[in-house]
Amino acid sequence: MNTSIILLLLLVLAAFSYFFGRKRALAVSNGNRGVNKLHSLPGYYGHLVVVWCLLPSLIALMLWSFFSPTFISQNVISSLPTEIQSTDTTNVNLFMNRVESMAKAGVIDETAEPAQQEAARRYIELQHNSNIIKAVLVFALAGLGIFWAFRKIAPNFRARNQVEKVIVGLMILCASIAIVTTLGIVLSVLFESLRFFQAVPITEFLFGTHWSPQTAIRNDQVGGSGSFGAIPLFAGTLLISVIALAIAVPVGLMSAIYLSEYASKRVRAWVKPALEVLAGIPTVVYGFFAALTVAPFIRTLGESIGLTVASESALAAGLVMGVMIIPFMSSLSDDVINAVPQAMRDGSYGMGATRSETIKQVILPAALPGIVGAFLLAASRAIGETMIVVMAAGLSANLTANPLEAVTTVTVQIVTLLTGDQEFDSPKTLAAFALGLTLFVLTLILNILALRIVRKYREQYE
Amino acid sequence: MNTLALTNNTMTLPTSKDPSAANSKDQAVDIQAIVEELKHATQPVGVPFLDDPKFYTRDVDVFYNQAKQAIFGVDLDIGKNEVIAMIGPSGCGKSTFLRCLNRMNDTIDGCKVTGQLLLDGEDIYAKEQDPVLLRARVGMVFQKPNPFPKSIYDNVAYGPRIHGLTANRSELDDIVEDSLKKAGLFNEVKDRLQAPGTGLSGGQQQRLCIARAIAVSPEVILMDEPTSALDPIATATIEELIDELRQSFTICIVTHSMQQAARISQRTAYFHLGYLVEVNKTNTVFTNPQHRLTENYITGRFG
Repeated sequence: MNTSIILLLLLVLAAFSYFFGRKRALAVSNGNRGVNKLHSLPGYYGHLVVVWCLLPSLIALMLWSFFSPTFISQNVISSLPTEIQSTDTTNVNLFMNRVESMAKAGVIDETAEPAQQEAARRYIELQHNSNIIKAVLVFALAGLGIFWAFRKIAPNFRARNQVEKVIVGLMILCASIAIVTTLGIVLSVLFESLRFFQAVPITEFLFGTHWSPQTAIRNDQVGGSGSFGAIPLFAGTLLISVIALAIAVPVGLMSAIYLSEYASKRVRAWVKPALEVLAGIPTVVYGFFAALTVAPFIRTLGESIGLTVASESALAAGLVMGVMIIPFMSSLSDDVINAVPQAMRDGSYGMGATRSETIKQVILPAALPGIVGAFLLAASRAIGETMIVVMAAGLSANLTANPLEAVTTVTVQIVTLLTGDQEFDSPKTLAAFALGLTLFVLTLILNILALRIVRKYREQYE
Repeated sequence: MNTLALTNNTMTLPTSKDPSAANSKDQAVDIQAIVEELKHATQPVGVPFLDDPKFYTRDVDVFYNQAKQAIFGVDLDIGKNEVIAMIGPSGCGKSTFLRCLNRMNDTIDGCKVTGQLLLDGEDIYAKEQDPVLLRARVGMVFQKPNPFPKSIYDNVAYGPRIHGLTANRSELDDIVEDSLKKAGLFNEVKDRLQAPGTGLSGGQQQRLCIARAIAVSPEVILMDEPTSALDPIATATIEELIDELRQSFTICIVTHSMQQAARISQRTAYFHLGYLVEVNKTNTVFTNPQHRLTENYITGRFG
């Protein structure tokens, strides 16, 4: 019996146990359904039985499915002839790979070595037994759970409190998934970065001004010796983000103010969704728009006034990225401006303030935390954006402040370092993790700074 | 005050054995007939008109979104340096009428005001009238205290700053101090003028809003239920304040508390279902109401 059938049967069982639990609760209250007779609503007793039915059995099912393959293969390995066991682990692993693939297919390959065939048969048999034990264990636990919960049902038994505890636990579990994932990502990036910093000194990485990650993989190969100064990448990221934000922040904020304070309802009903369509365009589309339309346009324009413009420029990427993040800025700012109480506006208008005075002196200060939040979101989009930059800003790591030259960013380099065939212990590949870690730390610092600023300058209403 | 005592007595509900009271109770059932009557009345009962008024309003209609008419043909004069109280059941249009007086209704989408509204003989709904300047002359205090999320000082200085009333900092300081004193708040906050205005108690916040309103030296102050969110002690402070402010300003106050209207106002206007029913000296309205709707209301016979 495989896991999905077990799960299905468990669910059916749970559905029945709900009704039994409910019925039992009504039965033990002797038909006295009044508020004072049964502690909780009958449904809660049903839910409690479901919880007792599912919780232990699901945990057992999970643990068994997780650990049984390891136990089985260990058992098979220990039963192997000694001459195979005594060889090194790589050989044993190769041998077991073959055995496991035969066992998974369920067919013994007659061309395989006799020892392998033997092991595969043993494997299949163990697996069969394990599945039977699993099914029996799970249903036994489910049955015991139902029985146990049934025994506990009594008029003064507080089922609601227990069910609510279980639900709170479930919510905590959901909340912790995000935290655990973040922690996992940070740790994995951190350890790989440490390996990188063993090969390349951290000072060279952080303060070096030359980025050229090509290293020779084989000794006889002709290749760069590799130099990992990340300054040009961060400078490029900064340049492009600043251009993008210089477009998106004023445009986004102005359109938010127009939409929330000046636009009539009809205009707003049309313009706001239209702005949000911008956010729905895939970044790849923005990317080729930048590379094929905007970049050549900027180049022609620049050349017509006598400037030298690279065919892939930071300006093109930054401009298009700026347009891309306008909806983040405008939509979020619009929401926070609308959230400022009408009483603030009334108070200001009642003093004889004009609309613009009200906006500048009352509404924007009150909405500041939300606006900074929108700015941060836009900034992290700009820093993390890859597609547009790959297509429109190029791959050459120039250290320049000239927006008309080609630059590259951290994220783009991470992509180029990790795409294609890679060796996962060369500094070239590990550099991606170091870049990721640095980027993460920088955005974290940015967030903390912004929070500080908000706390200092915000004007809190209520 | 004897009027207060009287309203207190009459508030104790319709078990009165007075035959005329029973009579008016019977009539109160037929609201429809009374509304018909109000529709055809040319002017409110009592003394709605004055010589040389501050506000002169005739035939004021207000519509929300064209379909819904909120007030019907209101004719009312408001005198100089008087406190006029507007009372009536919820939704009777008294707040709407108040908000017409400084064009606060302009900020509501789909709100349309017709009729004649003159301030010192000047049409406040004329095309060339700037609502911003009008509101500097006719200030407003709202039901819920709404200090800006700024310091106490900046709250009071807000108006003088936007209207450019002062040439330098010391003049502004003087105005702030003066306004806070007039609002009876200065002694409580003089050591913490830079503290946020939202940190004050409800009553202090409302006095801060009054200080903010008088800092621009308006001629009229409109108050929309200014004490409904406050406790009785804070209410008493504000009522005393209103009585003092009468020396320099005209005050229109909307209130749900008939005792309050009786305590602080010289004239009282009674609104019902969007009609101005009766206007008279406060004493007269509460002791000898002319219209049976007014009588029913002040004796607590309306649910």
